[in-house]
Amino acid sequence: MKQPLITCSGAGFGYENFDVVTDVTMEILPGDYIGVVGENGAGKSTFIKGLLGLLKPTSGTIHVADELKKTGIGYLPQQTAAQKDFPATVWEVVLSGTLSRTGYRPFYSRKEKELAELNMERLGITDLRKKCYRDLSGGQKQRVLIARALCATEQLLILDEPITGLDPSAAQEFYQVVRKLNREEGVAILMVSHDIQNMVRQADRILHLKQKVLFCGSVEEYRKSPLGKQFLGGGEE
Amino acid sequence: MSLISEMLSYPFLVRALTGGILVSLCAALLGVSLVLKRYSMIGDGLSHVSFGALSVAIAFGWSPLQVSIPVVVIAAFFLLRITENGKIKSDAAIAVISASALALGITVTALTTGMTTDVSSYMFGSILAMSREDVILAAVLSVVVLFLFIFFYHKVFAVTFDESFARATGVRVSWYHILFAVLTAVTIVLGMRMMGAMLISSLIIFPALTAMRLFKSFRGVIIAAGAVSVICFCLGMVISYRISTPAGASVVLVNLAVFLICTAVQAIRGR
Ligand SMILES: Nc1ncnc2c1ncn2[C@@H]1O[C@H](COP(=O)(O)OP(=O)(O)OP(=O)(O)O)[C@@H](O)[C@H]1O
Ligand SMILES: [Mg+2]
Repeated sequence: MKQPLITCSGAGFGYENFDVVTDVTMEILPGDYIGVVGENGAGKSTFIKGLLGLLKPTSGTIHVADELKKTGIGYLPQQTAAQKDFPATVWEVVLSGTLSRTGYRPFYSRKEKELAELNMERLGITDLRKKCYRDLSGGQKQRVLIARALCATEQLLILDEPITGLDPSAAQEFYQVVRKLNREEGVAILMVSHDIQNMVRQADRILHLKQKVLFCGSVEEYRKSPLGKQFLGGGEE
Repeated sequence: MSLISEMLSYPFLVRALTGGILVSLCAALLGVSLVLKRYSMIGDGLSHVSFGALSVAIAFGWSPLQVSIPVVVIAAFFLLRITENGKIKSDAAIAVISASALALGITVTALTTGMTTDVSSYMFGSILAMSREDVILAAVLSVVVLFLFIFFYHKVFAVTFDESFARATGVRVSWYHILFAVLTAVTIVLGMRMMGAMLISSLIIFPALTAMRLFKSFRGVIIAAGAVSVICFCLGMVISYRISTPAGASVVLVNLAVFLICTAVQAIRGR
């Protein structure tokens, strides 16, 4: 039996003195592809911050596997704390994704640089390499951050609305990259997206949040459930 | 050249120059991170807290450094905390703290020793302020800061660029906050007696801003900030010696001039 990477039991997360999500029970197994859906303000980003340990659970427990603690989690924030006018080249940003691999070594090795190159190629930003991050368009910035997140992980990639700002073909390409990582390299994926049609096509499991878990299970069950039918709209089936 | 060798013949000037160069280097390196994280007001707040602590220490005859360094370190933690939480209006909180510390310092001084030259030199800086003890502490400080920026450069970058991501990849972010708070606090306490409580924060902010005009990469900005800071400091000292202006103010004015020149260069380059 595979050990879960992250286990939440009855976990609640929130800010200061109010809870945004409560009573989340779920686990992320190696190789999972979980789509997190829900309306605006449902608490998806909050839940993710909780998973990452950026917020402490206000109730319940959250257990992170030791192996995951070592290698770290690849993370794409919905809104980056990184400022608009930050002086950094694309290369510096992408390379910083490999940081957890360096341990106490103060310099990046050839292997890490190659990984960064590879991920830049995957996202088609190789020629932006020397460009300044602050001079990029929104979509280009997003690609840079995705490349950085891909550099970070071998086990779990958490993406908060990754395709926002990507053009349709880039979005499709992005889904393919993620799919490939998941299938061929066994990276577990947890992705928040409002692109529900693509989500049910791509993911294996769906987690529907609205202050608490409304649904957590396989995509097939989700399609059949009244909630899923309603959320997916009549269009698909 | 003869001017410089003349300057170097005064032991107090040699101390001021070595101490000052080391402190301005540290201030510039730390400053890049602080400015980019929108923490530049913290430098200003800390210098006022440092002034308050120093005046109280003098009034009671305590050792200035031993009192003010711990007080300022604590204040630095506190200020970083409120800025991070983002709940309280942090700029307002900093203003309140720095004004209170200043008022406390002035009141205690007025009630005890009166406004001595010591206190006024803390306000506007004095070239005589660098003692041997200060220079040694400045040397230790800069070794630590350089060590941090050489051996943990990539982690400093990650924490500055995107804290949440750094934390998710397993960097101990709070550790870096503590380190930055302590180092900034020591830099300010050391620097303020020479530069003056009113002027020391410019040593943190100006080089970073100037370097950001010139370079697009983080590495470039860091190196340029250090270089600009040291050069401006030396120029300011020479000018101050030559035309007998206060050292702190001269250094700040040189920094301003360089900043304006770089802004103009950037504008001409067409960006
Ligand atoms: N830093 C914060 N401090 C306090 N409250 C917050 C903070 N961030 C979010 N909230 C609140 O938490 C609730 C859930 O927000 P969250 O960002 O988790 O929603 P979401 O599901 O990600 O929505 P979206 O689809 O718009 O991204 C909202 O009501 C919001 O006001
Ligand atoms: Mg969100």
